[in-house]
Formats: sequence, structure tokens, C-alpha cells
Amino acid sequence: MTLIGWAQIALVLACVIAAAMPLGRFIAQVSAGERTFLHPVLGPLERMIYAAAGVDPNRGQGWKAYTLSMLAFSAVGFASLYAILRLQGVLPFNPQGFSGMAPYLAFNTAVSFVTNTNWQAYSGESAASYLSQMAGLTVHNFVSAATGIALALALSRAFAAGGLKNLGNFWADLVRMTLYVLLPLALIVGLAFVAMGMPQTLGAYVEAQTLEGGTQVIARGPVAFQVAIKHLGTNGGGFFGVNALHPFEGPSALATALQTWSHIVIPFALCLTFGAIVGNRRQGWVLFAVMMGFLVAATAIVYAAEAAGNPLHLAGGVDPALGNMEGKDVRFGHALVALFTAATTGASCGAVNAMFDSFTPLGGMVPLFLMQLGEVLPGGVGSGLYGILVFALLAVFIAGLMVGRTPEFLGKKIQAREIKLAMLAVLVLPATILGFTAVSVVLPMAVTSIQDAGPHGLSEVLYAYSSGAGNNGSAFGGLTADTPWFDTTIGLAMLLGRFAYVVPMMAIAGSLAAKVKVPESAGTFPTHTPLFAGLLAGVILIVGGLQFLPSLALGPLAEHFAMLAGKTF
Amino acid sequence: MPDVASAMAHQGESRRAMRTASTLADPAILSRAALDAIRKLDPRMLARNPVIFVTEVVSLLVSVLAVRAALLGEPWGFQAGIAVWLWLTVLFATFAEAVAEGRGRAQADSLRQTRTTTQAKLLVRPDDRTLWLPRAATELQVGDVVLVEAGDLIPSDGEVIEGIASVNEAAVTGESAPVIRESGGDRSAVTGGTLVVSGSIVVRVTAAPGSTFLDRMIALVEGAVRQKTPNEVALDILLAGMTIIFLIAVATLVGLASWNGQPPSVPVLAALLITLIPTTIGGLLSAIGIAGMDRLVRFNVLATSGRAVEAAGDVSVLLLDKTGTITQGSRQAAAFVPAPGVPEHEVAEAAVLASLADETPEGRSILAFARERYGIAAPELPAEAKVMPFTAQTRISGLDMGGASYRKGAVDSLARALGAELPPALAQAVDRIARQGATPLLVAKDGRLLGAIELKDIVKPGIRERFAALRRMGIRTVMVTGDNRLTAAAIATEAGVDDFLAEATPEDKLAYIRKAQAEGQLVAMCGDGTNDAPALAQADVGLAMQTGTQAAREAGNMVDLDSDPTKLIEVVEIGKQLLITRGALTTFSIANDVAKYFAILPAIFVAQYPELQALNVMRLTSPESAILSAVIFNALIIVALVPLALRGVRFTPIGAAALLRRNLLLYGVGGVIAPFVGIKAIDLLLNLLGIY
Repeated sequence: MTLIGWAQIALVLACVIAAAMPLGRFIAQVSAGERTFLHPVLGPLERMIYAAAGVDPNRGQGWKAYTLSMLAFSAVGFASLYAILRLQGVLPFNPQGFSGMAPYLAFNTAVSFVTNTNWQAYSGESAASYLSQMAGLTVHNFVSAATGIALALALSRAFAAGGLKNLGNFWADLVRMTLYVLLPLALIVGLAFVAMGMPQTLGAYVEAQTLEGGTQVIARGPVAFQVAIKHLGTNGGGFFGVNALHPFEGPSALATALQTWSHIVIPFALCLTFGAIVGNRRQGWVLFAVMMGFLVAATAIVYAAEAAGNPLHLAGGVDPALGNMEGKDVRFGHALVALFTAATTGASCGAVNAMFDSFTPLGGMVPLFLMQLGEVLPGGVGSGLYGILVFALLAVFIAGLMVGRTPEFLGKKIQAREIKLAMLAVLVLPATILGFTAVSVVLPMAVTSIQDAGPHGLSEVLYAYSSGAGNNGSAFGGLTADTPWFDTTIGLAMLLGRFAYVVPMMAIAGSLAAKVKVPESAGTFPTHTPLFAGLLAGVILIVGGLQFLPSLALGPLAEHFAMLAGKTF
Repeated sequence: MPDVASAMAHQGESRRAMRTASTLADPAILSRAALDAIRKLDPRMLARNPVIFVTEVVSLLVSVLAVRAALLGEPWGFQAGIAVWLWLTVLFATFAEAVAEGRGRAQADSLRQTRTTTQAKLLVRPDDRTLWLPRAATELQVGDVVLVEAGDLIPSDGEVIEGIASVNEAAVTGESAPVIRESGGDRSAVTGGTLVVSGSIVVRVTAAPGSTFLDRMIALVEGAVRQKTPNEVALDILLAGMTIIFLIAVATLVGLASWNGQPPSVPVLAALLITLIPTTIGGLLSAIGIAGMDRLVRFNVLATSGRAVEAAGDVSVLLLDKTGTITQGSRQAAAFVPAPGVPEHEVAEAAVLASLADETPEGRSILAFARERYGIAAPELPAEAKVMPFTAQTRISGLDMGGASYRKGAVDSLARALGAELPPALAQAVDRIARQGATPLLVAKDGRLLGAIELKDIVKPGIRERFAALRRMGIRTVMVTGDNRLTAAAIATEAGVDDFLAEATPEDKLAYIRKAQAEGQLVAMCGDGTNDAPALAQADVGLAMQTGTQAAREAGNMVDLDSDPTKLIEVVEIGKQLLITRGALTTFSIANDVAKYFAILPAIFVAQYPELQALNVMRLTSPESAILSAVIFNALIIVALVPLALRGVRFTPIGAAALLRRNLLLYGVGGVIAPFVGIKAIDLLLNLLGIY
């Protein structure tokens, strides 16, 4: 680790904090339907969309109506995306003449983008037409992200006042978040990427003469703007198979820094939006601080592990100053790779600028564990906020009694119904991740997909399901994922990770919204203090993380200690 | 019937003794609890408690495997060891509950002896006392009218419709001084099982057979009707959820470990599962609840449900009656105000002499005040003195002696009697006293007005500090009084309450409670009159006085057997203590898991990956001893925490933030550290004993 490396990390995070403050306030304004500086330009467009869709943005929806709208929207999105992927061979904007995707792969890919996961069992430049990329995948990069924000807003509103009957209007939230937040940001960031050298063209791939006299097909396409929303919306699905490691998708260190900024700025800003909506800014900052603390700690571990390198390589004569550079690009260096890695998996983005399969065991364990913790640090756009709020409810419930009152969070009593729903939501990740992994490592048809023997092989499968269920989408590598078994089960993991979590979460929102808001007093459990931040962190680790410890012990930890002992598999 | 009376008095004493003496270490309770603990192993009973139920199922499974191994001639000692300690875990949990119940059951037994088996005198016609039929008390129906004479036990709960009697209620309250019960008014309720000492009354039965106050009390202290409180239900769901999560984690381990070796054996997985699921709080949860109810019973307050105790902890507004709760409830001399030109000392002396023969509390308070403030000792009443006693007609009292006459009395009465005009300065002083809610009296010597005495309802000593403590816990106190606004404001300021309700009618109280509840507040109040009943029912915690009317006792969700309204404050503290204890042990239990992982995980996987020994941070001797140590710690911690569960975590009113900091440090951080120490110690001991 170097000072300059840490300075880079600090600079990116400082930019995140600086931008999150105004952005958080801005999102709160937009979500409340207030006029902003963008309304003169986008207001007419917004009204046009409502008129065309027959939506009254002021008509509030209860949790059931809100959730059903979201589910219906996602179902239609899934069906249309599936159709585009299957039929891309006969549809326009297909200069490379790709044929339609196979059914399993199309199912997996459609689920992947609708759930904001962007797990890519396909390789973008060799399987998806421009139409699929733009009208299919990129559209979902916007709307699945906006859906996540909408859900987080709905849950936030449940804490705002007592006796609420509705949580806002899903369609209005969807349109507003897309129009006022995601589109303008994507436009700015996309232009910046173009300036940094990313292609943005509808032209066909280029055939080039190499120095050796051979020919090479250079893939390109409408990259820059898709990459912008891929990060801003914590989608992560790259235009190219190797994602941000591709020189056209991650052209420079500056570009990789901007991508890192992009995939965590909205999740952090949403904490402050929450503070604004519930009228307790310090509460927003407490959530912010917990997320930031984990992110910095995770970055530090990856940075330290990778910079230290693999003792087996060092024994083989590798320069110790290099650290573990396998699977990394010298353009980025260890510091920016470590930050990108922690941010992309902490934030359910899933873009990668290095290959995790080549990381040291501990360096690879960090992204794995961050996903298993439930993608709340800082989590996906929206999903991070509602995820950490579910943990906050549990933290208050477990420790809240210790002040001598039945637990309440922001004045809302937490009772049997909320706990039942919260536990249902929390169960989704261990059941999905551990269940599918346990089956996959013994099922003969699945085992053939696993590249490596020993604990590393286990990590590869564990990672795939953690990524799917956490709606992250990054891949560890080493796993042949485009098989009927993995396409289907990872698809199911993504569906469960999104919807089996969101539906109970929304039911909690509905239940909390209707409750009276108990006024704060000296007897109230304080949730806006550093002490609560510590408690929340402990609960995330103990309730969210401990159950994965055995799997980590058999995977990366076993590999790590074996590596130290000079053992290979 | 003197025998019955002495028996009653004796029972009252034994009930009081029970309340104070029954402690944890009572061998009778413990041995009975041990038997109950075994009886409670019945899976049908355990199914109420998901965590312990799972533990029992797993214990059974491991036991079967151990026996099978023994029969097959395989090594079985380790499996048997785990099985034994898993069974002990279950047993310790049921024992904790049995001990908690045992304390209540001893009380219930003493109550049951009191329950009447005597014959009631059922009147054929309610208005004819001479004609009655003998009828077993247990067969009395609601609406029956019975005659109860001196020496009789009152056969059931009811209302006096005719007559007056003094009743010994020791069986219910533990207080053997008799109380008056009479028809009409707020003292008409009688309780089955209490004894009429003198007089005779006609009582209309108001309780159906088996649902009398005494029946309910027995059921309550026995825990027979114990239902889970809302918070317990929620906590149970959390614990069940965590159990499922760890079931998944342990079950999937079979697959995960198969990837590169042999999966761990079933007993080992069972040990991992049971140490991870929250057995500590799962085993102690019901004991904590029962002990909380029990603390209230010892405090002579009966709650109709655990829900009420929980609500007491949540209370954020206390409605307190001024008289008797905030103030002493009797007027006492607080100042002597001289008329112009009269020395203060002279007023005091005249007041003392005028009150010398006054036996009322007010009169005595004048003597006490003069002694304390002015050092005037009251002289012996001279033999030749002529006493003029206080009467309701004259409203004047006084004394003639040594040729002088001393008078004190109500302002208008005395002024009229003397035919004197009040000097303007004195008239102003009298007005001021009256405006402040105090009572002015005038003092005269030989027909000359010397000054005024201020009689005031004194605020109880220390009450201000208690209200301040309540405020630190976020509880607002509201004084309820029939006084006018000015008077109420003056007393409210002096007592340090947060708000007051002046000229309060029962409807005002009800409206105030409704308004506070609509704002999200939880309200506690106490009351005894029939017209308090609606407010008592509306309040989240309604503490009815045992001396109150039947309507009030039915409406409230708690009854104070001592009829002391001040106890509402302690009831809130007991509620808080219950919740804190529950929260502390939940946090402790969950925090324990970290250490258990570090004990068991390396032990399980060390055969597969010897390098994982690095995770054995406690340096436990061997995999077997590590696993067994964790299981033993997990069982013993339940027993170790039983005293804390029953006694409750200490509650100090230092504010929620400070309380959280302290308890989180103690039970959260302590919960992470304690098992590291405990498991290591057990491992050393097993090593020392040569077991491993």
C-alpha cells in the first residue's frame, strides 16, 4: 500500500461525499413532486408521459397497490426483454448478424437486467445486437434502477408521519427518478466518458491489420452512454465481456475513478434523501457513516491483500513491490482496483475492473462477503437503502428493549408483523446462496462447470449465487455459467433476491406507515448517534454475515491459510 | 367464629412473609422446580418455544446416534457427551421457567387455602334478611343476593346493597387492619374470601363461579393463564427466524463440505446448530416474563396480563391525582401572616393557644408548625381553661384561659362572630392565600384580629426529584385536580409536574387520554371511583385501587392491593425493568455466537483443511474438546443467567441514551467477550480432568 494509493481512494470518496449532499436533497425534492431547476426543461416531458400512460401522479397508492404496480411493471419488462433477446436475429440494428439468444440464456439475461443484477452469462460483444444493448439492456439499466429508488422512497415515506394510508405513486416515482435523476446524470457522465475515449457509435465492428500482419476484429458500438448508466444505476452489465477492464470500457485511471464515483454516489445520496424525507438529517448521516465505514474497511483489506501479493508467486521470483498483479491492469493500479472492487460489490453494481478469480484468497473474499451481507454497503440504488433499513429495524428490535421501552424506530413501533416480514426478507439470502451452492457442488451436471479444484472451486460457485441473489451481477470467473442448470438457478436466485426480499419489505412499509408516530423524548432509543451506528454495524455482521462464515471458512479462508502454508490444489 | 378470624389474620401474615421472604435459593421451590423441569420436557409443551423445541429434537437425534454407535461397537463417548449436554441445555431452559413459576405457585397455594368453601346464605328475597337458604359458594351465580354476617367469609365478589360492615381483607391485600364496606358510594365492593369482622351486609354477587378476583389472582400468580405478550410474540418470531437461518447454514454445510472431502458427522453438526441458535434467550424468555409479573405481585400490584406490564414500560404520560399522590392530601399550617402592627410571634402564640384543644389534623399541624418555625412549645392544657370545640355550624374553635380568649376559624365566620372589619392589609393577605389554593384561617385574641394562618396541602417530600427522574426517562407527568386553574398552576409549579388538568371532570380525563394517545403517547393513570372507570379502561395502564368500586377494578388492567396511587411510578419502573432484562439477554445471546464460531468451525474443518487451525484463536486443546466446551458453555450460561432473569437487570433513570450505552457495553460487548473466556476455561478444565 502506498500513500499515493490512499490519496487516490480518499479523493474519490471525498468527491462522492461532496456530490451526495446536494444530490440527496435534490432526490428528496423530486420525490416530493417539488419544482426543481430541471422542471422548465423536463416538466413538459413528465406531464406528457403521465398523459400518455393515463397516470395521475398525485394519486397515492397503499403498499399493495404500489407493490403490484412494481411487479406488473417488472413482469412486462421481463417479457419484452426476453422477446427482444430471442428475436434479435430478425430485428434491426444488428450489424454483426447475431442470432437470437437460446431460451435458457435469454431467460437468465432478461431476469438479470429486470432485477438490476446484470449477471452476464453472455458476452456482450459476441452475443448481443445493438438493439438488444440499447432498447433492451440499457432501458432496463434505467428503469430497474429507478424501480429500486422508488421502492426505497416508498419505505422512507412510511417513517415520515403517523397514520399514513399511502406510500406515494409508483408510476410517478419511476418517471421522476428516471427523468430527473438518472437521465441527466447519465448524460453528463456519458459525455465525460466520450471525452475520455470511450466509443459511442452505431457503426459495425472494425477490422484492423495487426503488426504481425494478421487481422483483428475490434468490437465497438454505443458504449459510452450504456456504461454511464451501468454504473450510475448500479447495474454493472458491461458492453464488453470483460467489463471495465476492456480498454474501450475503462480507458484510463480517471475513467475507472469516475466509474467508481458513479456506482456509489446515488446509494450514498439516498441515505441523505431518507434523512430529508423523515425529517431527521442525522439519521441519514448515521446510515451513510455505517456504509462508508464498511466500504473503507473492505477497500483496505482488498488493497492490503493484493498489494502484499501471493507468497507462492514471490517465492517463484516475482518482484514483491508489484503485489498480485494477475488479472489487473497497470493502468489502474492496486488502490483504484481495491476501491472499485469494494464499491462494486458493496453497491450491488457488479462491474469489474479486475478479475476476482485472480485475486488473493482474502482479496477475493471481501467482494464475496460484501454481497452476502445483503448489498447494503452502500448497496444498489434504492436496494441499499431499503436493505439497511431492514437491518436497522432488526438492530432496534434486538437492542431497543435495553432502554426499557418496546422497540421503535423513528417513532414507529416494531412489532410481531414487522419482525416476521423482516425475517422473511433476511432468510432469502442464506436460503438461496447456501442452498443452491450446496446442491451445485455435489450435482454432477453442475460440477462439470467448475474450473478449479479445492476451496477455490467452492468460492467460484459460492460467488456466482451470492452475486445472483445479491443482485450484484459481478462474476468471480472460473465458472462456465451458461448451462441450463446455472442459467436457471442463478436466474431464480436473482428473482428471489429481488422480489422475495422486496415484497415483505413493502409489506413492512405498509404496516409501519399506518402506525402512529410516537413522539421522541428522553426515553426514546436514540438511533441518530455514533453508538447506534456501531450497533447497526454489529447487527449487519452478526445477523447478516455470521451464517456465511462456514462457507467462507471452506472457501477463501481455507485457501488463504493453505496459501500461507505453501499449499496448492 | 374467632377461630376463622385468627386463621385469617395468620394467613395474611403468611402472605406478607411470602412476598418478602421467598428468594431464589428457597430449597422447597428449587426441588419442586426440578421436578417440573422434567415434566416440561413433554414436546407438546415445548412446541410453544421454537428454539428449545429444536434443541430437544436435536438432542433426541444425537442420543439415538450415540446409542446406535454403542450397539455397533463404534466409539460413542464423544457422541454421548454431546447428547448429555444437549439434553441439559433443554433441561436448564425448562428449569428456569419452572423456578420462575414456582415462586408464584407457592403464593397461589397460600391463596387457594383462603378460597372459600363455606356455605353462603342465599337470600330468598333480597329485601328480607330473615329467610335464607344455605348454598355452596362455588355455585353462586351473578345476581344472587347473599347475607354476610360477622364472622362469615364473603362467598364471592359482589357489591354491598345494604348495610355496613368492617371487613378483614388480609387474604387479598395482606393487610390485616379491617376496612369499612358499605352500600352506595365508592366503598361498596367486596371481595370473595375476605372476612366480615363486625356488622352485617347484604351483597349482590357480581362474579361468575371460577372467575372471582381470588380465582383470577391464583391463575395469575400461577401463570396458568399466561399468554405471550405482543413483544414476546415478536421476539419469538425473531428467534425462530434466526433458528431457521442457522438450520440452513448448518444443513447446507453437508453439501459445501462434500466438495473437497467428507462432511462433518451429524453429532458435530448438531453441536454447531445448537450453539448457534439463540438458546440462551430462548430458554430464559418465559422465565423473564413470569418473573416480571411476580415482581409486581410482590409489590402488591396485580396485572391482568403481561401485556399491561409491557405497556407500563412504554408509558410516556402519567396522569396523577393531586390529592394523595402529589400532595399529602391533608391541609397543614404553612405560614402565619400578621395584621399590620402585630408581631409575627404574637400571632403564632395566639394560634397555638387557640388550637390547643383542636384534635383535627389541621389543628395539630398548627402546633407542629409553630414549634418548628417559632420554637413555641405547646403548653399543657390548663385545668381551668374553657374549651370551645370546632363545630360545623360555628367553624370556629378556641380557648378561654387566664381571662383571655383565643379564637381561630374560617375567615367569614370569625369576622362575623367578632363583628370586626378586616384591616385592608389582612384582607389582601387572606385573598392572596385563597387564590393560591390554600385555606386562610383568622386568629383573634380578646376579640382583636391578630392575623391569618395559611393552611396548605403540602407537596410530598421528594416527589419533585421523582418527577425529574421520570422526565429523564422521557415520561411526562400530568397532575389532575378539581382545583381551579390558578391553584392548580401554583401546585404544579411547586411539584414540578409537566402539565396539569384543572377543574378536571372524569370526562376531561378521558378526553385528555384520548388526545395523548392520538399523538402516539401511552398513558397510565390510577383511579378508584365508578366515574373513573371509562378513563381507566381507556388508559394503556389503568391502575385501580383495591378499595375502589367494582366498576373501577374491572375497568383497570392492574389493581393495587395497597391502594396507594403513588405506586404508579414504581409500576412503570417494573415494566421498564422487565423490558430491559429481556433486551439485555437477547443481545447477550446473539452476541455470544461470534465466539462459538471460532470454537467450533476450526474444530469441524481441521481434518479437511489442517491450515484452518489458524482460526482456533482460543487455542482449544482438540477438536472434540473444542466442540464439547462450546456445547457445555452454551448449556451452563442458561443456568448462570437464571438469577439475572428472575431478579431483573437494574433500572436507573439516567435517560435512554446513557442506559443504552451502559447496557450495550455490558451485554453486547460483554456478550461477545464472555464466551471466549468461558469456552477456554471449560476446555482447560476438561483438559485438567483428563477427559481430553
